[in-house]
Amino acid sequence: MTHDPKPVKAPFWTPGTLVMLAFMAAGALTLVFRYTFGLGGVTNLNNHYPWGIWIGLDVASGVALAAGGFTTAFLAHILGRHYYEAVTRPALLTAALGYTFVAIAVFVDIGRSWAIWKPIFYQNHTSALFEVAMCVMTYVTVLWIEFIPVLAERLGSRIPLLAFLDRILDKTMWIFIILGVVLSCMHQSSLGTLLVIAPTKVSPLWYTPMLPLLFLTSAFAVGYPMVIAETTIATSSLRLESEMNVLSPLSRFTILTLGVYMALKLGDLIMRGAYATLLDGSPQSNSFLVEMGLGVVVPWFMLLFGTVRRSRRLLFAAALMIVGGVMLNRFNVFVVSFKAPYATEPYYPAIGEILVTAGAVATIFFLYRLFVTWFPVLSARRQEV
Amino acid sequence: MKVSRRVFLGNLGALGAAAAVPDNARAWESKAPPAPYGCLVDLTRCVGCRKCEQACNEVNKLPEPEMPFDDLTVMDRLRRPDHRSYTVVNRYYTGRLDDRDRLAPTFVKVQCMHCQDPACVSACITGALTKKENGTVHYDVEKCIGCRYCMAACPFEIPAYEYHEPITPRVRKCTFCYERVEQEGKLPGCASICPVEAITFGRRNDLLGQAHARIDNDPAKYVDHVYGENEVGGTSWLYLSGVSFAKVGFHEMPTEPMPKVTETIQSTMFSYLWSPIALFAALGALMGFTSRRSRSKEDDHDA
Repeated sequence: MTHDPKPVKAPFWTPGTLVMLAFMAAGALTLVFRYTFGLGGVTNLNNHYPWGIWIGLDVASGVALAAGGFTTAFLAHILGRHYYEAVTRPALLTAALGYTFVAIAVFVDIGRSWAIWKPIFYQNHTSALFEVAMCVMTYVTVLWIEFIPVLAERLGSRIPLLAFLDRILDKTMWIFIILGVVLSCMHQSSLGTLLVIAPTKVSPLWYTPMLPLLFLTSAFAVGYPMVIAETTIATSSLRLESEMNVLSPLSRFTILTLGVYMALKLGDLIMRGAYATLLDGSPQSNSFLVEMGLGVVVPWFMLLFGTVRRSRRLLFAAALMIVGGVMLNRFNVFVVSFKAPYATEPYYPAIGEILVTAGAVATIFFLYRLFVTWFPVLSARRQEV
Repeated sequence: MKVSRRVFLGNLGALGAAAAVPDNARAWESKAPPAPYGCLVDLTRCVGCRKCEQACNEVNKLPEPEMPFDDLTVMDRLRRPDHRSYTVVNRYYTGRLDDRDRLAPTFVKVQCMHCQDPACVSACITGALTKKENGTVHYDVEKCIGCRYCMAACPFEIPAYEYHEPITPRVRKCTFCYERVEQEGKLPGCASICPVEAITFGRRNDLLGQAHARIDNDPAKYVDHVYGENEVGGTSWLYLSGVSFAKVGFHEMPTEPMPKVTETIQSTMFSYLWSPIALFAALGALMGFTSRRSRSKEDDHDA
């Protein structure tokens, strides 16, 4: 199988990209308010609920969904399964964009954005957040370094620095590829450690000292489904060939990784006896049922069938359910399960929080399209119409 | 395809094993200072005069309150400390009757508990929060980035935030009047002013002795529990009550210090960065092996 990534020749300005622009503008406007009136001006955060969807979705889910980057790098570059290289570049791009926006989300969420560099010098090694921050900071750098060859292919002749860096990287890229996987394993798990310090606040449906392991294994599990989902969206939106020849075999690995995650998660639930509250109809238990049922169990069984793995539609559906399940898991751990005993009312995201999050997602989609139009990222060829 | 899957499985197993290998498992140790100061609050003595709130406001130069401190109607609703007030007094009716058979209120002063092993200190990304030798949980705004992890971590929901400051918001909470105690040798503002000696300042160990002596001397007056003695591994602020703590706004807390599990995980996994280094080495070896194999395959092909 030959793969030869090329810039996509598709019109850039479509109704879709214009809609993205509108969301981006709304998000940007909200940010003006955030830096004028403070976090209190645009969010529903308060002393009981200090973390909202900017942490629960933009950061926690964002980090999980960028797992396609290190899982495909592991498969194609470290295990040497070069067959899968067709999807490493788009996965790398998604990861690089995703992590960049995780960093931006943190920048916006912390009260003293200008002090974001301080953890580099004032280090508290007992803090799981410190470890997450250091890894994410390093990993964003590593991801863009890994992306330099892609940039150099297109711009190397015009920007000598890029060509120079590309030549150096030729020999040293393996370091960054391995570093990327190591850093991912570290902070994906530490992200799960964050709320382990609050046993009285996190619902017993999710609270377990196993959270770091569950976060790590679910990151492994969501990596390839994320690649499948994004490739399917990209190829259909840009009218490219479907790449099912890569995606179908890729989905088989997920039977194992998602299966391990499911076993750990259900095993933990049973060992702790936390399933007792599963059917009490509370928002927590309903959200847990959706997360595990629609997000893990159903798509896992779907993937067992060859017909599902070979069908573009069904595979996309299963992948989307897994992606949604892991997203919901992060949202559940950080937002739904978090109960402040002294709070008089629950937290709901304010319109401002939703606009910023939507704006960030739109920007990622917009930039993804921009990058695949300009740079050699996608291998799939244009379909004859 | 078959071979590769076996390799893949094997590697996942290696990853799992790497994650499960415990470090030379040093047991978690409390970092609590040995002889911290503390305050003992005797809820049976408090009359709800709010003098402590006023003293706190003056000592810490906090903004004017919305309602004057001699206005006791603020107690008609339960309050929490916030960025404008580091301590508040709440009033509870628990069904307890006074000597004339009227419902008797119980007043509860709320402020930072200054835990012995504080979750906020362990969680703080930059070490802006520290546990001082004299018992204070101290906040240094110079290091703070405003991540609010301290607030998520605090089991007592004490750290408050200046949500309407766009650029330089601060975390606000009881300071235990650190400078006043440490440099001027005075009592914390609230403890110095209390007209009914509901707040006793002293060494935590002495206060625990006093608290148990009061319970022993008058077992009918007190419930047999010093709140803060064992809660979350111990706090510098201790409470005595005549009514069940659960009825006057205290939540049941684990007796293990909050940071114990996370710090054990973090130090087991990351001391000397052993696990990332081991993982890097393992992946490097694997990558070298697979690339050599694919190269030799190519050679076979060429030949």
